[in-house]
Amino acid sequence: MNDTRKVVIELDHVHKWFDDFHVLKDICLSVREGERIVVVGPSGSGKSTLVRCINHLEAHNQGRIVVNGIELTEDLKRIDEVRREVGMVFQQFNLFPHMTVLENCTLAPMWVRKMPQKEAEDLARSYLERVRIPEQADKFPGQMSGGQQQRVAIARALCMNPKIMLFDEPTSALDPEMIKEVLDVMVDLADGGMTMICISHEMGFARRVADRVIFMDEGEIIEIKKPDEFFENPENERTKLFLSQILED
Amino acid sequence: MSDHFVRTQSSPTLLPPSSRLGVLQWMRENLFSSWANGLFTVAGLYLLTLAFPPIFNWAFLSAVFTGQDGSVCRADGVGACWAFIDAKFNQFVYGRYPAGEQWRVDVTALLGIAGLAPLLVPNRLPKQWFVGFLLLVFPFLAFVLLYGGTAGLVVVETSDWGGLMVTLVVAVTGIAASLPLGVFLALGRRSKMPVIRILSIMFIELWRGVPLITVLFMASVMLPLFLPEGMSFDKLLRALIGVALFSSAYMAEVVRGGLASVPVGQYEAAKALGLTYPQMMSRIVLPQALTTVIPGIVNNFIGLFKDTTLVLVIGLFDLLGIVQSNFTDPAWISPQTSTTGYVFAAFVFWIFCFSMSRYSIYMERRLETDTQR
Repeated sequence: MNDTRKVVIELDHVHKWFDDFHVLKDICLSVREGERIVVVGPSGSGKSTLVRCINHLEAHNQGRIVVNGIELTEDLKRIDEVRREVGMVFQQFNLFPHMTVLENCTLAPMWVRKMPQKEAEDLARSYLERVRIPEQADKFPGQMSGGQQQRVAIARALCMNPKIMLFDEPTSALDPEMIKEVLDVMVDLADGGMTMICISHEMGFARRVADRVIFMDEGEIIEIKKPDEFFENPENERTKLFLSQILED
Repeated sequence: MSDHFVRTQSSPTLLPPSSRLGVLQWMRENLFSSWANGLFTVAGLYLLTLAFPPIFNWAFLSAVFTGQDGSVCRADGVGACWAFIDAKFNQFVYGRYPAGEQWRVDVTALLGIAGLAPLLVPNRLPKQWFVGFLLLVFPFLAFVLLYGGTAGLVVVETSDWGGLMVTLVVAVTGIAASLPLGVFLALGRRSKMPVIRILSIMFIELWRGVPLITVLFMASVMLPLFLPEGMSFDKLLRALIGVALFSSAYMAEVVRGGLASVPVGQYEAAKALGLTYPQMMSRIVLPQALTTVIPGIVNNFIGLFKDTTLVLVIGLFDLLGIVQSNFTDPAWISPQTSTTGYVFAAFVFWIFCFSMSRYSIYMERRLETDTQR
């Protein structure tokens, strides 16, 4: 392994507690530019918390997290700087229901990046095109299907031109027939060279795009492997048990 | 039907059968859907027939509409004494505001309406200009116009203000001040900073725990005791501040309910996009929170509007006060004067409160259809 690409996310012995519950235990991980990581693990394993620590939606209690060269501390300026470069897509979409799709997408570029409205709208339309819903720009989120909403959420995050994208179970709240349209957009994004960390149990997606698959359980990273090895040849007993459970059908 | 079935033709969409439509059907569903409901319908109609004719008779058929003084209302069997309202109408609206200067009140009202109207219905006018005018320019204009003392206008002391004018001044000031103050207090109460949170909680609980009538008494009787000799505030101004602070505490609790109803995912999405706290609150959280609690906010406005009648206890004559004070006018004493006066005052209050209520329903519908939630 002599990867010369820049390290954009570095987690160094990170610990986190919710009250006295130890959710993240000694997490060490570095992600290089353009790398695609898929995180899997049972619910409550801390994978969501891990991803949310990267843009400081959760604060870690111990260890260092450096994103894009900026170490995350309680300093609000640094947090905002990191968030500007890190896009996030949520399980429940979290679109702003009182705004149209276009307004959802132009909000952050206009208010955070101080982009003129016209430019922000052009940018938003180009990303809506990329997620294949340019015709829905003037609708409200409540008028769209779940799959469409999630694609808007991806476009909204992309409008900030982030260097890193975080996906927190983006297809778990979707009806089965809509999962593919969202995954297609994510594959497209991965092929474009975006640095991505995805929590996802879509194993086809993981095989197709992941550079590395991380298995987490009880707050620890149990295994990190290339997808083929991960699925064909898991070593840890917990990994084997988990894979046998999700691959049953 | 057999186990195996494949549809080859789609079934047509039909209109409902005629028995599901029409007046009879409506009555069957809404008035006589069961024995008990039928009974209530009949009983209700019976009560209406009992109550309506006497009210109608009092208010219109045997009422007195014109007359120079109370003698026309003193006859036997006479109904409402509308002549009293007609004769005193000017006083009910302006109080003792000098007749020659009353145009200033009218102009103030028209300016207020002109500033507010474009904000009430959807249109393409630049909203921020009207908001700016109402919040920054109008209060000073209104003060100059109503009080005078500059621009060649004669000073009209607030002790001469009265009637509907005082009611509206107190209510509009209270409404305009309590919403922004309430929003800040609600945000303060949810703040992570302990000093701000504790101060907000103390403020809210203090004002909520005291009856408005006490606040008004304190403002007019006790406050001067604490002020240095010779220094005094205007009585109306003290009442305005008291009412505004009092209602902002109530407003804060309503807004807090709205803030709690915004899903945590909305905050997270806003933060993840890099929005700052003020941006997140003003663009994402408050628009949704305030929309949710429109009924509660308007409920407070209506309560505040009616509570303005309490300024009577500190010697300010609002609409109700001025109506009441005219009952003792010897020229108009009659058995019907007070009843008519109270009905009139009630009707005026009802018009304002009902309008606010209908407008709030209209707003709710509009915002709901906007977002299709």
